[in-house]
Formats: sequence, structure tokens, C-alpha cells
Amino acid sequence: MTENTSENTNVVAAQLRAWNGKAVSEVIEFRGETTIVVPREMMLEICAYCRQDPNLQFNLLTDATCVDRYPMEPRFEVNYHLVSIPRKARLRLKTKLSGNDPVMDSMVPVWPGANWLEREIWDLMGIRFNGHPDLRRILLPDDWEGHPLRRDFPVQGFRDVPSSYIPAFRKPR
Amino acid sequence: MTTTVETPIGAAKTMILNMGPQHPSTHGVLRIALELDGETVVKAVPDLGYLHTGIEKSCEDKTYSQAITLTDRMDYLNPLGNNLVYCLAVEKLLGIEVPKRAQYVRVMLVELQRISSHLVWLGTHAIDLGAMSVFLYCFREREEILKIFELFAGQRMMTSYFRIGGLALDPPAGWRAAIDKFLKMMPSRVDDYETLLTKNRIWMGRTQGIGYISTEDAVALSMTGPTLRASGLAYDNRKVFPYSSYEEFDFDIPTRTDSDCFGRYMLRVAEMRESLKIVKQAMAKISDSGPVRSDAPGIVPPQREKMKTEMEALIYHFKIFTEGFAPPPGEAFVAVESPRGELGCFVASDGSAKPLRVHFRSPSFINLQALPKLIEGQILSDVIACIGTIDIVLGDVDR
Repeated sequence: MTENTSENTNVVAAQLRAWNGKAVSEVIEFRGETTIVVPREMMLEICAYCRQDPNLQFNLLTDATCVDRYPMEPRFEVNYHLVSIPRKARLRLKTKLSGNDPVMDSMVPVWPGANWLEREIWDLMGIRFNGHPDLRRILLPDDWEGHPLRRDFPVQGFRDVPSSYIPAFRKPR
Repeated sequence: MTTTVETPIGAAKTMILNMGPQHPSTHGVLRIALELDGETVVKAVPDLGYLHTGIEKSCEDKTYSQAITLTDRMDYLNPLGNNLVYCLAVEKLLGIEVPKRAQYVRVMLVELQRISSHLVWLGTHAIDLGAMSVFLYCFREREEILKIFELFAGQRMMTSYFRIGGLALDPPAGWRAAIDKFLKMMPSRVDDYETLLTKNRIWMGRTQGIGYISTEDAVALSMTGPTLRASGLAYDNRKVFPYSSYEEFDFDIPTRTDSDCFGRYMLRVAEMRESLKIVKQAMAKISDSGPVRSDAPGIVPPQREKMKTEMEALIYHFKIFTEGFAPPPGEAFVAVESPRGELGCFVASDGSAKPLRVHFRSPSFINLQALPKLIEGQILSDVIACIGTIDIVLGDVDR
């Protein structure tokens, strides 16, 4: 990211730091948007704090999404976009996950609305959410193999090759 | 299973009813597995994905400009709104400013789009609940709006009229007369719909007190748009986080506190009237001449005349359409108020000419999540009223 870090000027980041010294790994300011990178283990705690704290009041989880930076490591970045309706503010919380162990805590206990958003991430990106009440595929069929929004999944898919190229379809004459 | 005389038929048993995916009242290919106790819904489990087309994945294989055409096809009742949110996100990533004239044209067309989307919603919702004639009247007026879009973009639905840095074309000759005619006609037509429905006893019986959701539940389930505003919270991106010069317009955000299907109906009708106000103000603000594309060489295609006289312009034109352009590495999230709620677009760039990731926060998908909350405990016929009142578009749900 360019235009990096006016780290201590951000109020939310400063408050999170004051609350717990380990909560903020990095603050990114880009095009007027604040991204706070937090460690994976603390994500649930931080989200609960952001929602409950009277100075923050991030009561609406508007979006959750994942970016795959394959072949870089840690390859996955899970972003939670929060809105505070009373304070009229937005925030992006980001956590980084390695490709070997793409697991993190579910935010459903904090925002029930995270349910389908996390199911979508599991379906398309293959991130597992601990504590999710119903982690099934949502958009793709149950018997789908792989997670198509990963960067190492070809856009054409694995199935759309002419059948003569697949050994099983090549009948001996 | 055998039924004996001692146990009344159906006592203490539930049955599973499959609704959809080819059911006319699910507004597309939505399947809901309903567990019924008699006629009461005990549990509802929506099943989606029948229309999943992998648009987010396809965007990663296209240049930034090419991906605009894909956004039209997500929420097919709001193609201009989808164009807008994607263009705003890429413009934010690039850090370019769009000329005021283009911003006002964008606002005007998006508000017309909102009216047309609400008209489709009203017509289909009414036909689901048995009011056939409203449907025909709504589609008559919607046709007029689609004619205006055809005048601007050459297409009725898949417009792709907004481009990165501005508009595809200058507003066409005669656009003022066309919109003036529509603005004169529309207010009385909205009154007509209200005459047919608002005090209609069948309509009131089918919608009042049905599909209640409290403000707390609506926020917890991430609901936005008319569904949230009918629960009493005035959260509208046009006011809270203004984009595309919305802060210069004078309009109200209608809210209701009844939180039921009737409240959401009244709210959307009020929104149509507010949108008419915005269209009128936007028309006054749009000047007759001026640029509609920002001056960003290498990103926005040069004007036709320049291309034929200047070498640089020709080179830029060639490069834009062969290799595209590369925004700086970074991420941008933009949210606009679509007719259904907060429509967000997240674009991540790795510094190449194709996006690393494009994600759409589609309001239909997230609002649909609250459907079980709305219908559990209601009777089966109310399920149809509740699906209609969330105003889902399956193209937007499944993407």
C-alpha cells in the first residue's frame, strides 16, 4: 500500500492500542479509508469490543470478503467492513491467514449477519470459521470440488476441457 | 405410517414443503425448504445459488473497463446503480475526479433507475398478493423510463452507460424533453397506485402486521435499505456517506416505524416521490455543455476529434483498449444506496491491469438472510408477502 501510516493520528487505532497493546499490527490509510490489521487470534475479541464500546459503536457489519494474494504468504486477507450508524463512520478490519492453515474465528456471535457472508467466503475461498453455526456451501452445489475464487483455480474451471483430453473419456478402440 | 382413530390426523407432526426454485412468487430461482405445522411456518431454510454465474471471478480476468459490462448483469433491475458503484470504486482506487456535469447525469439516471426498480417491485408484489391491474400500470410507466435509458445509452436494460472517469457518451439531443414529459406524468400515476392499494382492505389485510422485524434485529442481521428504514432507522448512504454530489441535493429520507410489509410498501412509494424531486433538481443542475469525462490521459479514452489530430491521443486510445491501465496497489470500498439497500463494491489492485479481487456487497443477498426471521411463525400465504417485501433480485443474490 502506498500513502502509508499516519499511524498515531487514527482515533480508532489509538483507542484499540490503549485497550490492548497487541490488538493493532498495522494501520493503513489509503484514499481516505482506514484499514486496521489485527492478529487472527484476537479478531473476535476486537470485533466484540468495536461493537460494544460507546466511543466506537460499530453496530452494522456491512460486508465481509476475502482477498487471495497467491503465491504470496500469508496469502489470504479477510476483510470485515464495519459501519457505525450513530457515529457515521466506516472501518475495515483485516486479518491475514496463511495458505496452510486458513482458519479463523467466526464473527456470528458478534453480528448474526455475518452468517451468510462467512458461508460465502468458505464456499468461494475455502476459509474455515470456527464457531460458525452452519458452515455449508451457499452458492455452489454441495458436491463442488475446490474453492473457485482462489487465484490458483483457473477462470475456465477444471471441468471445461474437451472430454477427449480427459483420460477417462478416451475409449480404447 | 398408519393413522389410528385415537391420534387425530396430523397431530404433533410437521411436514416439509419445498417452495421453488421455479415458483412464480420467489421472483427468480430461489428455493425455500419450509417446515410447516398445519399452515404455520416452523422453520424456513433458503437455498440459493441457482443463478450463480461467478461474476466476481470473471472480473479478475478482465481489464478494469471490460468488467463494467459484467456489473450490469448482476442486479438486472438496477444496472446503472451497479455501473455506478463499480466505477466509483475504481475511480477511488485511481484517485480521479469526475466532472460535476457527469456526476449530476449519474445522479439523475440512478434516481430514474430507482423509480423503475420500485415500479417492478410494486407490480410484482401486488400481483403476488392478487392485485393484477397494478402490475400492468407499473410496467406501463417503467416502459417510459426504459425508453429514456435507450435514448441515453442505446440499451434499455444492460446500459453500461457509466464508465471509469465519467460517461460513455454526451447526453443525447432531446433528453430534457423526454424527462420533462416523464416528470409531468409520474406524480399523478403514483397517486393512482396509492388509490388502488393503500386503503384497499384486502391489501391492508395481507400486509399489515405481516413480516415484523425490530430495529435491533434488522441491524444485527445487517439489513439495509427500505427494509431497515421501515424499521425506524434513517440509514441511507445518500445522506450518511454522500457520493457523486448527493450532498448538494435537497431531499428527505422517509422512515416508518411499523416495520411490517405495509410499512415497507408505504416507504417505497414515498421514496419514488423523493426520487422525482431529485431528478427534477438534477435536471436544473446539468448544464447544456461541458465535459462528461475527466481529464485523465491513459485512463479515460480521448475524444474522437483529438484522436484524429493528435498522436498522443491515438497512442493512449490504443493502449487503453489493448492493455488497459494499472491503478496503484491498494484497496477501495465504496457503498451506494441501491433501490434494495447498501450496494457495496470492494476492489483490490496489485498494480496490474486486471483487478486482483472484485467483490460486490449485494443488498438482496444480505437482506434475504433475514427471511427466516420474518416468516417463522407466520402462515404459509404470508411467506409470499414477505419474500416480495424484501425486494430480492436473484441475479443480485447469486451473482
